This record gives sequence, C-alpha cells and structure tokens, in this order.
Amino acid sequence: MLSIKNLHARVEEKEILKGLSLEVKPGEVHAIMGPNGSGKSTLASVLAGREDFEVTEGSVTFNGNDLLEMAAEERAREGVFLAFQYPVEIPGVSNMNFLKAAIGEIRKHKGLDPLAAKDFLQLVKEKSKLVELDGQLTNRSVNEGFSGGEKKRNEIFQMAMLEPTLCILDETDSGLDIDALRIVSNGVNALRSPERSFVVITHYQRLLDHIVPDFVHVLYKGRIVKSGTKELALELEERGYDWIKEEVESV
Amino acid sequence: MAYEGDELLDSVTSKEYEFGFTTNIESDKAPIGLNEDIIRLISSKKNEPDWLLQWRLEAFAIWQKMTEPNWAHVKYKKPDFQAISYYSAPKSKPKLNSLDELDPEMRKTMEKLGISLEEQKRLSGVAVDFVMDSVSVATSFKDKLAELGIIFCSMSEAVKEHPELIKKYLGTVIPRTDNFYAALNSAVFTDGSFCYIPKGVKCPMELSTYFRINEANTGQFERTLVVADESSYVSYLEGCTAPMRDENQLHAAVVELIAMDNAEIKYSTVQNWYPGDKDGNGGVFNFVTKRGMCEGINSKISWTQVETGSAVTWKYPSCVLKGDNSVGEFYSVAVTNNYQQADTGTKMIHLGKNTSSTIISKGISAGKSQNSYRGLVQINKSAQNARNFSQCDSLLMSDRCGAHTFPYIEVKNNTAKVEHEATTSKIGEDQIFYCLQRGIDQEQAISLIVNGYAKEVLNKLPMEFAVEAQKLLAISLEGSVG
Repeated sequence: MLSIKNLHARVEEKEILKGLSLEVKPGEVHAIMGPNGSGKSTLASVLAGREDFEVTEGSVTFNGNDLLEMAAEERAREGVFLAFQYPVEIPGVSNMNFLKAAIGEIRKHKGLDPLAAKDFLQLVKEKSKLVELDGQLTNRSVNEGFSGGEKKRNEIFQMAMLEPTLCILDETDSGLDIDALRIVSNGVNALRSPERSFVVITHYQRLLDHIVPDFVHVLYKGRIVKSGTKELALELEERGYDWIKEEVESV
Repeated sequence: MAYEGDELLDSVTSKEYEFGFTTNIESDKAPIGLNEDIIRLISSKKNEPDWLLQWRLEAFAIWQKMTEPNWAHVKYKKPDFQAISYYSAPKSKPKLNSLDELDPEMRKTMEKLGISLEEQKRLSGVAVDFVMDSVSVATSFKDKLAELGIIFCSMSEAVKEHPELIKKYLGTVIPRTDNFYAALNSAVFTDGSFCYIPKGVKCPMELSTYFRINEANTGQFERTLVVADESSYVSYLEGCTAPMRDENQLHAAVVELIAMDNAEIKYSTVQNWYPGDKDGNGGVFNFVTKRGMCEGINSKISWTQVETGSAVTWKYPSCVLKGDNSVGEFYSVAVTNNYQQADTGTKMIHLGKNTSSTIISKGISAGKSQNSYRGLVQINKSAQNARNFSQCDSLLMSDRCGAHTFPYIEVKNNTAKVEHEATTSKIGEDQIFYCLQRGIDQEQAISLIVNGYAKEVLNKLPMEFAVEAQKLLAISLEGSVG
C-alpha cells in the first residue's frame, strides 16, 4: 500500500528527514515513536502534501502511484487521511457543509454520484456515534469553540466519514484525558479493517495500549533506526531513548 | 503544486470580468458636457413638469459652488465632468405590455446576466424593474402590487403619475446641498425607481431592480426613493453588473428611504460593477449617497450590501434614527481585488429616544487592493438611552493589499451605550491546507472560508440574493491567496 524509500525532506534550509524507509501493507498498524525533533510530524506533513516541505531525495509510492507527484487534495481523494495534531478552526463554516464538500469531492473523484441528503445525514448519525459526538455537530462550525478532546474526536469522526485507506494519526493522543483517549482509540479500532492501514505517530506507550500496533518504529535524526513489535514500545516506555541514541551513535 | 506565488498571481490576473460584454442598441444621447441647457434638455426629453426642472437647476447651481471631496482613502483621476454625456436612453424605447415584446438584443443582455425575467416572475415572485442605462424598459408584477395600493415604478413614471408624492419626499432625506455627488445627481438624474407602500401593507414579494451601465462615457445617475407608510413593510433588492470598458465610468446614484411609524424597510444590494482589469485600467467609479430616515416611532431600516465590483467605491448607506425606539442596521461585505479601492461604511445618527443601531462590516482585501471601513456613530443630546454595537472585521488575502478602519464615535448624551469591536486576520494557510487534506480544492476552500467569514452578513440577504452573493464572492476571489 505505502512504500517509502530513502526519503529526504527539508524545510527551508534544514534537512529533517534523512533517508527514511518504511513499508506499510494493507490492514497493518504501524506506530512511529521517537524523541522530540526526530521528524515524526514532518513525515506526516510530507505524506499529506504540505507545501512548506521540500522532498530532495527518495520516493513514496501509494497503491502503485507516485504520491509525491500528487497535489494534497488528490492524495486525500485517493484515500490518504491525516488526523491533525492541531486541527484548525474555520469560523462560520458548518461541520456539515465542510464534510458534504469533502465527501462530494471524494465521490466525484471515484466517479460516484453525490450522496443524497438523507443518506448523508444517516451516515453522520452512524459515524458520530463511534466517537460519542452524536447530535453535537450539526449546528457548529468546524472545530470552532471545540475543546481539545472534541477536536481530536472530530478528526476521527471525519476519518470515519471519508473512509480513507491510509490513516495517518499525528499525535492524536496529545492533550487528551483518559476518557477522551479511550473514546478516540475505540473510534480508531472500529475503523480497523483488512483494507485500511494506519500510521500512528505518538510519544507515548499509553495510546498503544488501546490501539495495538503490528509494528513499532523508532525515528531518530530523520531515519528509522529501530523496528520491532509492540514490545519495543514497552521497552521504550521503560528505558527511554538514550540506549537507542547510543546504539546509533556507536555505529 | 496548488498554490505557488507566481502561479497564483497568474490565476488571479487571468480571471477577467465575467459580465464584460456590450449590447448593440442605438442610443439617443445628449451632447457631452454639462450646463443649464443640458439640464433643460434632459428635463424636456422626459416631459417633466416645470417644478422639477427648477429643482434640477437649483441643484446645478449648488453643485457649481461645491468642490469634489478628497477625504476618502482612495486615489483616482478625477472625472472630467465636461467630458461626460448626461443622458442616454435606448433609442427604440418600446412601451411593453409583456416581456415577449422586448428588443431581442436587450433580451440577450438580460439572459447573459442571468436575469430571466419570466423565470424570476414564475419561480421566485420577484417583481423586476430592469434599468438599461437610464430608462426603465420593463416592469412586471405591477398589477398585482397595484391591488394592494403599492406603487413600484420608474422614477420618470412616478413624476408623471404621482407628482404629489415625489414633490413631498424627493430630496428630503438627502438634500441637494448634502454633498458634491448628491448635488450632481439631483441636477442630472435620468431615472431610477420609486416605491411607496401604503399604511398597514406588508409587501408580499421582494422588490427588485437591476441596473446596468451600457453606454461608453455615460455617467449613470440613478435616483431611488422608497417610502414605507405607517406599519408597512418592504424588502427591496438592488443588483448590478456592468460591461467592460477602457475608460472610467461614473456612477453617482442617490437612494433615499423613509420609514414612518412602525414601518420597516430592508434594502439589500449586491454590487458587481466592472472593477477594471488586472492592471487597474478602466472600471466604474461608484460614488453613491444612500440614506434612510427612520421618521416614525418604532421604525426600522436595514441596509445589507455585498460589494465586489467597481474600481473606486465611495459609499456609506446611513440611517437617521429620528423616531423614538427606531432601529438602524448595516450589514456589509466589501471585497476588493487587484487594484480596486473601496472606502465604505455607514453613519448612524441617533436623534430619538431608545434608538439602537447595529453595524457589522466584513472587509476582504486581495491582490494590491485597498479596503477601508469608515463609519460614524453619532449619539445626539436628544437621544436618551441610545445603543450601538459595531463590529468591523478585515480579512487579508495577500501581503500586498491593505485594510483600514476609520471609526468615528461622537456621543453627546451620557446615557448612551456604544460598543466597537474590530479584528484583522489573514486567511490561514493552515485553514486551506486542512481543506485540501480533506479533498477540497483550493478554490472551493477559499470560497468556504470566505463565505464562512461573511456568513453573518450573507444570512441577512433574502434567499434570492444569498446564493448569487456566495457565487459572486467565490468568483471575485478566485486564486487570490498569496
């Protein structure tokens, strides 16, 4: 599904990703961990197509297509979804209109007719239950006046509505209390399927207690320096990153 | 990819004015220049009574003593008033019983504008008084309105059919001495609309007028007068588009509204005059005087405007709150792009007791344009317990445009409560990226964000206009983030 090879990317003059490689197969959940400044959020931004980042080397293919050649909106229509670390507010634009526009574009891209109003509302009702937001969204503007937890739940709700195949979660657990963490994780788990893959970026093991990954990778200085299974996350929780840094430096 | 600076510029500048076409209809035109003889000619062409000719001549004398105002935050080459023709009427002016009799050329123009009169008649119940250049050529729904005693006709017709009303109200809200352009308009106005709603009548449909400048170098001087008698209600819509021209066209309209006891007037405008090309050549000068008089107790006047057009705009729809408990409202979205300049806002003059006013102004500047809000809230001595709330927001779409706010507040009564809020923000790349990441392209993202920003104002427009206005905002700002 997703194949990243030797990816180098920089913002302005600073190189942040320095030869990152990662293979994600359909249905897999990959957790990306790593100390601050290792390039985790940059990876998310590059995959989503943010313009501030320049790819200088390497390749990313998504379902056989060159992802880096696609504009951000095309990537989204092809099934790449980024759950933002800091979802922005768009005052005056209702959640419903926003989603209607997004779903309309994605369906058009797939050659499908627009969703009938009745079916759309049914879908909203069904999917908002996943993150316990039912009935709370209809009259509100996109993320405006939402609490931190509500914003993150709204991201997962949008993910459920848009039915992407590759979901990138950028520190979705940051700023969440225990209850919200549980709600968000349940929402994500409900969306796991053999066709849908997840790249979960996080600082903390606690998220991975809820969303159990197939693989855990440690990103350090712009490269994946260690990969393992969920046990690796536990080890990191216990020992921190210093031992990994030492391993890397000694090579 | 999507929004590189240069590419952007290209897409902004390649977007030409969509309604830029001209109609080939022979015009009956006065010689260029302005003097008493020209005014006599206009008056005689229109078979006007002598009192109106005298009224015009007095206005001309007043105008000659005045100088063009300089205080607005706009720069432009002053028009040469002797180089303009002050009267132009489509030559074969037909008296129509039905729209089917309309000149096919003119019919085509209306269709290009998206104004299908039959459509509007049938679907939305809007009575349209279409003004091509200066003479009204088609009026519909008249009979239906007449049953209720509502008068809705061209100003020329009103002068003939209802001289007592015109004589009583013309120039009472905006006297000929008011300002340079109002004086000029009073001297040379050619046509416009008149509307009278009798006591106790709620006008059952939105009254609507479309204006269009069609003749090169013809100043257009419209005159609109709306009188709502006691306990009546009317919603009036005005919308304009103009064809592309190289030379600047002058538009100096006067709109007067009068609301008696318990009456309400809602006046909505969607304005899309030709703004000039991407280099700032051409475009309409829009120097308009609009004022409403809340004459009676509990009366209410509400102005809503969506301004996207004109090279230079100079416009302050105002309310004089004379009647006790009267209410004035001003809701505005003003968009400027390329080299457009707008200096617009409102004046709320509180005279009566317990009067209240609300001002919501949303400026959007793109390209190299300059967008200014200028407003006056004046609470006079007699205005016990007056209230005002003002909110002026500016949204910047590029780093080469300007947004300015000039709020004036004068309070002469210490029971007044006046609130003013203002914000300035730049359209967020984060907001746009968020939309892109959900599959929404840049144009649609801007349209969503801008319409969201202007929602409070757009919501005040009647349904017929709200949809049109949203499209207009999107068209005016296509590719304009930078």
